Amino acid sequence: MSRMKTLASAVLATTLAATATTSAAATDPVKVGVMLPFSGIYAQLGEAGRDGLKLALKEKAAELHGADIEFIEMDTEAKPARAPELASSMLGQHEADFVIGPVHSGVAMGMIKVLRGKDTVMIIPNAGAAAATGPLCSPNIFRTSFSSWQPSYPMGKIALDKGYKDVYLISWNYGMGRESLEAFEESFKAGGGNVVKKVLMPFPSTNFQPHISDIAAQDPDAVFVFFAGGGAIKFVKDYDAMGLRGKIPLLGSGFLTEGTLEAQGEAAEGVITGLHYAEQLDVPKNQEFREAFNTEYGHYPDIYAVQGYDAGLAIANTINQLNGDVSDKQAVIDTMAKLTINSPRGDFTFSRAHNPVQNIYLREVKDGVNVVTSVAAEALEDPARGCKL
Amino acid sequence: MTTELFFVQLINGLQYGLLLFLIASGLTLVFGVMGILNLAHGSMYMVGAYLVWYFATVTGSFTVSAVLSAIIALSLGILIERVLIQRLYNRNHLDQVLLTIGMIFVFNSLQSILFGNDPYGVAVPGALDGGIPFTDNSSYPIYRIFAALVCVAIAGVLYYVVSRTRLGMLIRAGESNREMVEALGVNIKSLYTIVFAIGVMLAAVSGIIAAPMRSIVPGMGESVLITCFVVVVIGGMGSIKGAFVGALLVGLISTFAAVLIPSMSNMIIYIFMILVLLVKPQGLFAK
Repeated sequence: MSRMKTLASAVLATTLAATATTSAAATDPVKVGVMLPFSGIYAQLGEAGRDGLKLALKEKAAELHGADIEFIEMDTEAKPARAPELASSMLGQHEADFVIGPVHSGVAMGMIKVLRGKDTVMIIPNAGAAAATGPLCSPNIFRTSFSSWQPSYPMGKIALDKGYKDVYLISWNYGMGRESLEAFEESFKAGGGNVVKKVLMPFPSTNFQPHISDIAAQDPDAVFVFFAGGGAIKFVKDYDAMGLRGKIPLLGSGFLTEGTLEAQGEAAEGVITGLHYAEQLDVPKNQEFREAFNTEYGHYPDIYAVQGYDAGLAIANTINQLNGDVSDKQAVIDTMAKLTINSPRGDFTFSRAHNPVQNIYLREVKDGVNVVTSVAAEALEDPARGCKL
Repeated sequence: MTTELFFVQLINGLQYGLLLFLIASGLTLVFGVMGILNLAHGSMYMVGAYLVWYFATVTGSFTVSAVLSAIIALSLGILIERVLIQRLYNRNHLDQVLLTIGMIFVFNSLQSILFGNDPYGVAVPGALDGGIPFTDNSSYPIYRIFAALVCVAIAGVLYYVVSRTRLGMLIRAGESNREMVEALGVNIKSLYTIVFAIGVMLAAVSGIIAAPMRSIVPGMGESVLITCFVVVVIGGMGSIKGAFVGALLVGLISTFAAVLIPSMSNMIIYIFMILVLLVKPQGLFAK
């Protein structure tokens, strides 16, 4: 028995020694900190973003010049209050080279507080708050999703083109909701459109019935809304239940029908939205990506997966161009800023404020699918008001 | 506001209020009879909605899945009362609050594990699909009228049971003096089990009825719980009549506030609650 023990210790010692040598010999891995919600109401969005990110880095593994990727995951739970603390730990304790996150704009503000002006690159894979690439922009902060202005601004002109003069606006009274309605108004009013009424409901109330009755009474040419998730499902269903579908056209920022179409069912038919992506988008990269994602995870990706995937591409391409060495942080930032990302949504570049310069597609729900009817705005750049870069 | 719009909003408010009553009735019944503050009441609403969605996708029939879900909810109520709640009758409200808050987390996690985090929708049953022409360009959904009628019917049954039947008599007696009822040979233990299970079922049935009118999403139980508490506090904790009046008031006030002062519409019911409490600190119909 004691001989066995000695033998076992010897084996153990050798193994330890061997691991010690290998880890000392290899270069330090590139640390990618993932700060996404994996629990709570945005869990599904966080998981999709992470899966996309990991898929991109896996696909590009051969182009990383031997650099290993180490993922550090943190659940932000979509709670803004904890964001600064988590971001500090990601920076200080874990010494992440790249920080990917978050989904929620409030959390983004908390993370930016800590990461702004630092040399660690932060890539926002969803949160659309204007401030992130506006007044709070910073050389090390990038966004691979959108600014809330982008999907809504082109819709004002679309409404005018369709001959809608009097439009009723409704959304939740929070950042994304207000910014989306303002962006619509900006182009709509400039073209001579008239806003019949603008309603900002408390977030996250879904008591839409009184408002939809009011819309029926006002009888506008069209309605423009920003709602997402469960609220989007309920609004579209209530709108249909009150018999307004097919009578007063419903327009929206693309999140109205993104990831919610199945639950909305027939009620969503004919809804017109603008977004920087559509599942059926006819871009070769898109088909390729969708199949690869489905093979890896057993289901088809959504917009959140695309945005995470593009964050992964941005990291991979940067490492590739720097021959696997990310120790010079300024070089990392400069390289990333000049990238063209070959995204499933079509190629995009970063603006001076590091927000994607991208196409916004006009989509109409037909037979349960967001069908792309045209490009609502080509290579649309966020105005980045207040950004001093 | 035109007369026409006023009437539409009146109906919206009543319909919303009746649904609120159905959700709140179970909470106030359990509190009134057993003195148990069930914070997981909203979770039971969520359970009803998720179950009816699940069975509707499996069976394709709303009626079948509604009945199945209600039966499961009733059994769940019996189980929870027997296993957990029974241990709390002689403890203070803090322990009850801790246990039932814990139940919220358990039910939320179960929901996430069993059904995932995607939002879902339940189709309105075919026979009730469609609307009654109301104004030039809109119609009032038949399902909403049906839902309101179901709420009225359940309120009627509840009123009848509590005020006219032997079970109701025991419930009322148990409320005022549980030792005496026990001394008279009534099995107060099983009476409590029945009351708690009915409370759970009322919450679940509200979730079932609401399912085709709203989206089935994680966290739907918590939002409803808060409104439910406002209703119960306005009406007076433990009073079913109070819950009925409180629910209708909250439904009407929030509906009209939504149109007249949209930015304040969420706050207005809390302001109303404060006003009520200033005048009647125990609520409108407290005993």
